[in-house]
Order: sequence, then structure tokens, then C-alpha cells
Amino acid sequence: MDKRKFVQALFAFATNAHVQGFWKGTIYRGKLKNICVPGLNCYSCPGALGSCPIGAMQAVEGGTKYGISMYVLGFLVFVGLLAGRFVCGWLCPFGLIQELIYKIPMKKVKVPKGVNAVFKWVKYFILVIFVIALPILTADSFGISTPYFCKYICPAGTLEGGIPLLTMNKPLRMAIGFLFSWKMFLLIFVVVTSVLIFRPFCRYLCPLGAFYSLFNPISFYRYEIDRAKCTGCGKCSRICKMDIEVYKNPNSLECIRCGECKKGCPVGAISSTGKPRKNHS
Amino acid sequence: MKITGDKNRLLQMLLLGAAVGFMITGWINGELQMVLEKSVNICLECIGIG
Repeated sequence: MDKRKFVQALFAFATNAHVQGFWKGTIYRGKLKNICVPGLNCYSCPGALGSCPIGAMQAVEGGTKYGISMYVLGFLVFVGLLAGRFVCGWLCPFGLIQELIYKIPMKKVKVPKGVNAVFKWVKYFILVIFVIALPILTADSFGISTPYFCKYICPAGTLEGGIPLLTMNKPLRMAIGFLFSWKMFLLIFVVVTSVLIFRPFCRYLCPLGAFYSLFNPISFYRYEIDRAKCTGCGKCSRICKMDIEVYKNPNSLECIRCGECKKGCPVGAISSTGKPRKNHS
Repeated sequence: MKITGDKNRLLQMLLLGAAVGFMITGWINGELQMVLEKSVNICLECIGIG
């Protein structure tokens, strides 16, 4: 197991360590849940010890003094600034799940550049409309609003929360309706496309990845190209599973910091750093 | 976005300060309690029941 997989697995377990919830059909109700975890991890997962920042953002938006949760926004900016999409590549349990599914031996699909160029913006649309605008604009007089992304889109909630809880909880199963069928359809769609395409949810749908991506060019942790060493061979771009031209744009919004390009560069021109930028890269 | 080293560092520090300020503001406004109250109950919307 490589270092990144080990860290992903360790973090997934650490943030979902309430294992008794899985066989009791309950969720953790302790004080740790007022702390957000950095990755996409549904707080209705029986094992979850912390709160999903996207879920928390929507849950409190309507009821806050400023219309948006300052605590969650501050948390996301803090994490994004420190690490950008490093969270996606190393700490997100749902990202790990997609990567494990991708290992299923089957012919892989290369997404055409034009398709990728258009669909990668969908996640920003989801962030702005489903996570921010709709919950704020539709909050009732009590400050309660619907978590639109969680309710209508998020496959992590279905997989991590819905399936385990409904399996162990007969009263909940009695309440299943069309919404669950829709969410199961989305989950199956993401699972199937994960076999064919590397991390399709992260690339095209995840609002949390969309937010963190804004910090990739300016975060403390980022990649640098040593232009003196780089020969422009393009091997880094061929290795990159997120289809990034790494040697041209090492801090692309799409980069999840998996490090495969660094490992694969034949001249060691790609490095990661936390120091201020010396030149444009 | 191409930003030079000094400007990048300044931007990072400003955003860091803002992030910490936001979190403290949220804590003072009781938002941690709001997050806790939501997350300790099964989110029926999240699991697909609505």
C-alpha cells in the first residue's frame, strides 16, 4: 500500500471511528460533531465523528446572523489556504472510495478534452446554487432551509448514511420514497462511472472540491516546476489521472495533489513546497 | 492566477487572518451549537428520505 493510500485509509477510519453505529443503526451524538472534518463525509454516516462542512454550511445558513455560516466558511478558507485540494487527494473518504472502485479491472475511458473543459465547471454551479444560494434564499422565518445539495445530489450521504442506516433501521425503511430511488440512481451512476473514469464525482460534481480548488494557486502547499530541469517531455501530463498539463500548470484548479506526476518525472523537476513563490509557476 | 512571491504571501496572511476571524465570529454567534444540533440528529434529507 503506498503512502497516500495509507493516509487516506487512516483518515477515513479516524473520522468514522464510531463503528458501533453501523450495527446498531444509530449515529454518533457527541460534542465532536460541532467540529467539521475537511473532506466530504456525511454526518449521518453511523461512523461519523465530525460534521461534513458542506452539510454544515447548508444546515446553518438560513439561521445565521449573516445568512452564511461564518464558522464553516472560515474553516473552509483556513483548510483551503493551507492545503488547497490536497484534502481531495489525501483526506477525503469519498475520494478514496472512488479510487478503490477505479481499480476494478475494466477498460478505462479517456474523457475528451472538450467535454472535460465544459463539465468541470458544473461543480462550481452546484457550489453556488445548491450549497449557497438556494438554502439562503429559501430559508423560512425560523431560519430553517433545505440542504439542497445533500438532499438532491450527494451520493456520499446515500452510500455512507442512507444504506447503512436503512439496512439496520426498519422504521426508516418504511419511509423510503421517490427521493431515495433518485439518490440511489445517482449513487449507482457515480459508482459505474468511477469504474471507467478516475474520480468522476471529484472532477465534475463535488462542491467541496470546487471550493478548495480556488485555493490551489495560492495555498501554502503547492507544486513547483524547476524550469531549469524541465524538458517539456509531457510525461507528467500523460501520468496525470485528472488530465492536467502539469508542466504548464502545476497548480491547476483540478489538481488533487496525488503526487503521481512528481514520482513519474524523469528529471525530478516537480516538487511540492510550502515556501513563497520565487517565480511564476 | 500568477502572483509574485511577496504578494502571494501577503494574500495568504490576509486570508488566514480572515479565516480565523470568521471562525471566531461564528463561534461567538453560536454557530458551533447550530452545527451540533443538526449533526446529532439523522439528516433525513441526506440519507434520501426527505
